[in-house]
Amino acid sequence: MSLNTAHSPARNAAPYTPRSRYFAVPSLETIAAWLLALIWIFPLLYALWAAFHPPAYMVRFELFAPLTLDNFATAWAQAPFARYYLNTFALVTGVVFAQFVVCTLAAFAFARFPIPGKNVLFMLVLIQLFVFPEVLIVENYRIASELGLINTITGIGLPYVASAFGIFLLRQTFKTIPRELEDAARIEGCNWLEILWRVYVPLAKPTYLAYGLVSISHHWNNFLWPLVVTNSVESRPLTVGLGIFSAPETGVNWATVSAATLLSIAPLLIAFLLFQRQFVQSFLRAGIR
Amino acid sequence: MRVRIPFSLSALAAGLLSAGYASASDPVELTMYYPVSVGGALTDVIDQLVNEFESEHPDIAVEAIYAGNYDDTRVRAMSAIEAGDTPQLSVLFSIDLYELIEQNAIVAFDDIIETDEEREWLDSFYPGLMENGQLDGKTYGIPFQRSTIVLFWNKDAFAAAGLDPETPPENWQEMAEMAATVREVSGGDQWGVMVPSTGYPYWMFQAFAFQNGHRLMSEDGTEVYFDDPAAIEALEYWVSLTAEHNAMPDGTIEWGTLRQNFIEQSTAMMWHTTGNLTAVRNEADFEFGVAMLPMNTQRGSPTGGGNFYIFDDTSEEEQRAAMTFIRWMTDPERAAAWSIKTGYMGVSPAAYETDALQSYVEEFAPAAVARDQLEHGTAELSTYQGGRVRRALDNAVQAALTGQLSPEEALTQAQREAEGVLRRYAR
Amino acid sequence: MTLTAHRKMQLYGTLLLLPAAILLTTFAYLPTITTVINSLFLPGFRGAPAEFVGVENYQVLFDDPTFWKVARNNLIYALGTIPTSIALALVMALFVNGKLRGRGFVRMAYFTPTILPMIAAANIWMFFYAPQIGLFNKLLGALGLSGINWLGDPSVALGSVIVMSVWKEAGFFMIFYLAALQGIPPELKEASDLEGTSRWSFFWRVTFPLLMPTTLFVLINALINAVRVVDHLFILTKGGPNNATNLLLYYVYENAFSFFDRTMAATITVVILLVLAVVATLKFTILDRRTHYQ
Repeated sequence: MSLNTAHSPARNAAPYTPRSRYFAVPSLETIAAWLLALIWIFPLLYALWAAFHPPAYMVRFELFAPLTLDNFATAWAQAPFARYYLNTFALVTGVVFAQFVVCTLAAFAFARFPIPGKNVLFMLVLIQLFVFPEVLIVENYRIASELGLINTITGIGLPYVASAFGIFLLRQTFKTIPRELEDAARIEGCNWLEILWRVYVPLAKPTYLAYGLVSISHHWNNFLWPLVVTNSVESRPLTVGLGIFSAPETGVNWATVSAATLLSIAPLLIAFLLFQRQFVQSFLRAGIR
Repeated sequence: MRVRIPFSLSALAAGLLSAGYASASDPVELTMYYPVSVGGALTDVIDQLVNEFESEHPDIAVEAIYAGNYDDTRVRAMSAIEAGDTPQLSVLFSIDLYELIEQNAIVAFDDIIETDEEREWLDSFYPGLMENGQLDGKTYGIPFQRSTIVLFWNKDAFAAAGLDPETPPENWQEMAEMAATVREVSGGDQWGVMVPSTGYPYWMFQAFAFQNGHRLMSEDGTEVYFDDPAAIEALEYWVSLTAEHNAMPDGTIEWGTLRQNFIEQSTAMMWHTTGNLTAVRNEADFEFGVAMLPMNTQRGSPTGGGNFYIFDDTSEEEQRAAMTFIRWMTDPERAAAWSIKTGYMGVSPAAYETDALQSYVEEFAPAAVARDQLEHGTAELSTYQGGRVRRALDNAVQAALTGQLSPEEALTQAQREAEGVLRRYAR
Repeated sequence: MTLTAHRKMQLYGTLLLLPAAILLTTFAYLPTITTVINSLFLPGFRGAPAEFVGVENYQVLFDDPTFWKVARNNLIYALGTIPTSIALALVMALFVNGKLRGRGFVRMAYFTPTILPMIAAANIWMFFYAPQIGLFNKLLGALGLSGINWLGDPSVALGSVIVMSVWKEAGFFMIFYLAALQGIPPELKEASDLEGTSRWSFFWRVTFPLLMPTTLFVLINALINAVRVVDHLFILTKGGPNNATNLLLYYVYENAFSFFDRTMAATITVVILLVLAVVATLKFTILDRRTHYQ
């Protein structure tokens, strides 16, 4: 992965380590950078160690301690992780799809239509960047309850569908698309929705990818609102399942909890390691506008 | 029939549908919230029991919803009620009684039972376990997943410290001394005793207070007595285990990881729920024993754990079916099997008279400790506004253990807070 | 009467907005308003109707020492996490922006915590922090030092929670700095090299000021996270010992779902909303004036 690849070779000439060209011995800076990296990755390595060794080796470190998959088997047997995966998967796909639809329509309206009081309305939308569903947990819970959404996957996702963030990003992108393309489509007889679908959406693909990845990571990891709104295994996502798994009544078995933890983070983590560049650039694109 | 409408449909629609399809030939469907952290042997045991019940009673279908620990389960069940998806019955924390009554959520068993035989059944449990389920002469909670606090001790560690491995401490004095000895002889490698002070600090504190002859709350759940001299003395003793005897580590001790501490032999003794018995037995690679908690002026431990409740807002037919299920589950043979598998207590004297439990106790003596201690049991702290009142006491215990306040200051403050909360409930 | 083309466009645009408008109203505006209203009422006792009490709930809240403790914790938490994670993020970005052996790995290591759920991160750190048998105290023990009760000692617990949050967040902020660094024209550096400016003074005089918009952007995000993210408390401390690590949003959760006191929960929520309003104002005035959108 490299954010640098996009730049010219001149840019790659490391502007902040001019001294490195004088000698090859690792500088203090390199050592510091590596040390920090090791510290940062260590917790994850530790979780790996704990998950793949018998419980007795949790706090005793022996290089050649026997490896085992028992902890995963135990965790998998003790909690319905398969169902949790399914729920999280349904949640994430559902939310992202619904967000795409709703935010696209709204962003298109903001970008291209003369709506009365548009600027005020847009500011109102942006407020949701700060007033997110989990802050209003009590009232949102009551509303979800009145709508019959408690203990449903829809209930977990729906408050996040009209995402100010998504509307904002897509509006910015749509605004950069030249009107000429739109006019050309109209001459071919496209109506508004067709123009949106054939001209705007394809050209905004990178934005969708970026927003989609950010949204997937967010909802895969979201905890507080799903915790409140779900009651049972049928709707509980991975994070909530893991949270409940890790706080049992009588005490925890570390090795099993480590295995469960890895089980819940594995898909996203693997996806990240494989598509690091897309992930990082998505976060960037979504963050800096 | 165990086919249920998928939850992804809205709860409302599910309610309408199931109501629409109810007919005489369909089984009565019961939903039951159950406090297990979705996992472990417990879910299997309960699923098995439920299946067995269903094959014996084809006219009743039970769906157990595993909702996490007691606090989680209460929240989940209450939220289901609020959403109009009321379960017919549930196992919830025995101390949730007042909250459930205040929300008009549950019905008294006295109002459901019809025959003398059922009345007899209602009287068949240990009175000590019934205390938390009764109010104003009516019974709202039937004991099932019940526990109490016991002392686990590491016999190997005792032997290494030159103590008699077969003799657990009899009283406060002895426990402090033995614990200090372990600490000293091990050269600071091993702690003498650990009493958990997160999770349920009020529960542990109740044990200390009761051993000092003091009960922390009134029968009707409207008053508490946290700042009584006997209570202060009890907390002072708990604090002294660290401060004076250097036998227990500083700061709070984590409920969830304490068992691991005991298994890793970083402490020679721990106070913990009987619900841990089977797990410790499976995991410990040293000799351990289980004893009643030590006494000061008397023996004592609060009971704890979950009761069966039947919910209001359900049809008479459903309530009868729930009764049938609860009676089946608490039947002596089943209670005995349950106790053997989990370490929780057999809830009736009859359960301990079954062959199964008798021979189990013979082979594994610790299993009887909880039962024997029941004689010295007291109800778990339970009042109106229980969440806040318990939190006030939890905070006081933690403040004292971490040296932020003296035991007296801490308990006086907790008393003031609790009185403020209970002001409106005074009778 | 026919609609003019302009009117038609207006109508069409409004229709496109409708789904978002309905959802935002249902899950953002309406609950905000009802939260404020609820904070002004006291629910009836034993079936009595709710009663309008004006600001009484706020008086009760402000008289509650626990609330002030929690608010103070949240402030300390913000002051503890934000500058540290921002500074670390900047250092990390400078590291991986330079010529560094194994840069790919280093960058991956910095960024990975970002994509873990907070719950999972807390689970892992729980094992570090456990007294006696936890990793940190094992390490201290190996050095001959006595252990610390990381989560059980009220004077240390909040610090322990802060450290974990910094670990989780720094890598996320790093990538914004990294992008900004790569946007700085190399000519600036070349010119300063010719003048013989030291790296240190180049950083403070050129790089850091150029990164100001990024810093503000990251700051806003960090502020929001300091209010919004309380997931780790569910695993690590549950707000204890004696509320030493309790944060505002967790306190709302406790009031609403452990104590069944929705009124107090609403009142605290209003306080959180006010804090967020300040952050929002900060963003819309200072940040948006200084950043130029790309």
